[in-house]
Amino acid sequence: MQELDTVGQGSVRVTRKSDKLVIVEKDLATEQMVLAMGPQHPSTHGVLKLECLTDGEVITEAVPCLGYLHRCFEKCCENVDYPAIVPYTDRLDYLSAMNSEFAYAMAVEKLLDIEIPRRVEFIRVLVSELNRIASHLVAIGTYGIDLGAFTPFLFCFRDREIILGLLEWASGARMLYNYIWIGGLAYDVPADFLKRVREFVNYFRPKTVELNNLLTSNEIFLKRTHGIGIMPPEVAINYGWSGPMLRGSGVKWDLRRNDPYSIYPELDFKVAVPDGKNSVIGDCLSRHLVRAIEMEESLKIIEQCIDKMPSSEGFNSRSAIPKRIRPKAGEVYSRAENPRGELGFYIESDGKSTKPVRCKARSSCFVNLSAMKDLSKGQLIPDLVAIIGSIDIVLGEVDR
Amino acid sequence: MEEGKAVSQSVQQSAAAYSMIQEQFGSALSPLDANETMPFFEVVETARWVEIAHFMRDHAKLKFNYLACLTGVDYPAEEKVGIICNFESLALLGHKLAVKLKCQRHGGSLPSISCLWHTANWHEREVFDLFGITFAGHPEMRRILCPDDWEGSPLLKDYKVQQSYRGIKVPY
Repeated sequence: MQELDTVGQGSVRVTRKSDKLVIVEKDLATEQMVLAMGPQHPSTHGVLKLECLTDGEVITEAVPCLGYLHRCFEKCCENVDYPAIVPYTDRLDYLSAMNSEFAYAMAVEKLLDIEIPRRVEFIRVLVSELNRIASHLVAIGTYGIDLGAFTPFLFCFRDREIILGLLEWASGARMLYNYIWIGGLAYDVPADFLKRVREFVNYFRPKTVELNNLLTSNEIFLKRTHGIGIMPPEVAINYGWSGPMLRGSGVKWDLRRNDPYSIYPELDFKVAVPDGKNSVIGDCLSRHLVRAIEMEESLKIIEQCIDKMPSSEGFNSRSAIPKRIRPKAGEVYSRAENPRGELGFYIESDGKSTKPVRCKARSSCFVNLSAMKDLSKGQLIPDLVAIIGSIDIVLGEVDR
Repeated sequence: MEEGKAVSQSVQQSAAAYSMIQEQFGSALSPLDANETMPFFEVVETARWVEIAHFMRDHAKLKFNYLACLTGVDYPAEEKVGIICNFESLALLGHKLAVKLKCQRHGGSLPSISCLWHTANWHEREVFDLFGITFAGHPEMRRILCPDDWEGSPLLKDYKVQQSYRGIKVPY
């Protein structure tokens, strides 16, 4: 975190010169001003309010105010049966609904202690990784817009549309799928689905390079992100960061590799961490680069899934779904690697009811956003926009 | 734990970690519940919670540097509410352990661990918001998801929503 020593110089006006903040004027007759960013502000990616205390252009404190999208997810869960919670999980992180469903289904399956057919596992991983790419495309596209690069956004949404089309074909819905059920899937994938996915992979691979060039060779984009909002790895862990945020700080930690679930141990992929050549480790640019690399790794995973997928002969996607879901008394904390980090579900069952006693979603965005106060201190207002964008929040998951 | 089923490696690790904490704090803790899905113990003497948590974070063989989750839970049958903390030694030792704490159901208070893990800051605010537990030593004990002037603790099992909020009818 970059802080400027302004003690004894009164209020100052600062500017950035070759990646350093320098004081241009001092002893200015200004007073602290409260600047409210949001709740309707394009750079906050939803309804988030940031109450910033500013001294000139420098932020002395930024306090996030949440809850504008609070829908009592956890209270709802206590009032419906286990399978009926799946559509609610879609609405947590609506940009990667497949991943949320996957995490929830796994948590209940752990309580139930049931075996899942192998083809189901492969399809789950396949659709989750497709959704991860779609989610990262939104993250990268809107991040470009935040920083004034409009073209990448259009490229991202063009390609994301193909993924949404594929997922719609499989599940019937564009964004909120209700596809991964406890113990199975709503449907098997359609005939020729895998062929189309492979076509998409072949189409999209060169596009990732193109997209990357558009942003990381853009001088303005680099200036706005390089060395901004640096988070040291120890502090990131203490804040409970996960996913691309944590990896952006150089911690090689990916639940798909480090706490493996489903069929991920059989798949070959690289955990993306920045190498520190082009970016300062832990800055906004690193976090962006991690997402860019992850898209390519997801493509690799998708290809392997297609190659290794067991045949659909005699396959029933609902064969392992229990008739009545009533787990034995107990509790579980289960998590999965979402595009935004660790999505965990704490579920408690009393063994009698078909509804959970308690179902808590540990939201990755909520935790990642909590570091805002530390990250924003001493930054310029435009840099604050760059920092929020790099956190990649989805308010549906923050507020639940 | 069903008989004849081998105890998994992660539960063994949790048990080893627990026995070290137990050695230090003895009767302040309950015995370990070594279930397969989430091994946990309860802190009986809640006043020593910060001390225990500090030990868990900083001891060279424990190093629980990552607080994955902090959940509030209502136990109406026991007239209690509580929290569950899921700890992990991320990228260091790899073991996991969950800790439970309970306090009285209305107006209960627990020590805050937000001084040890930043993660706890917002999570404790959330528990305060939804369950009404206050955390002693928390720097900013106020609601986070509900509005500041909301009444009641929504996640308590016997919660009744208020009739009106700022002149707007709430139940529908």
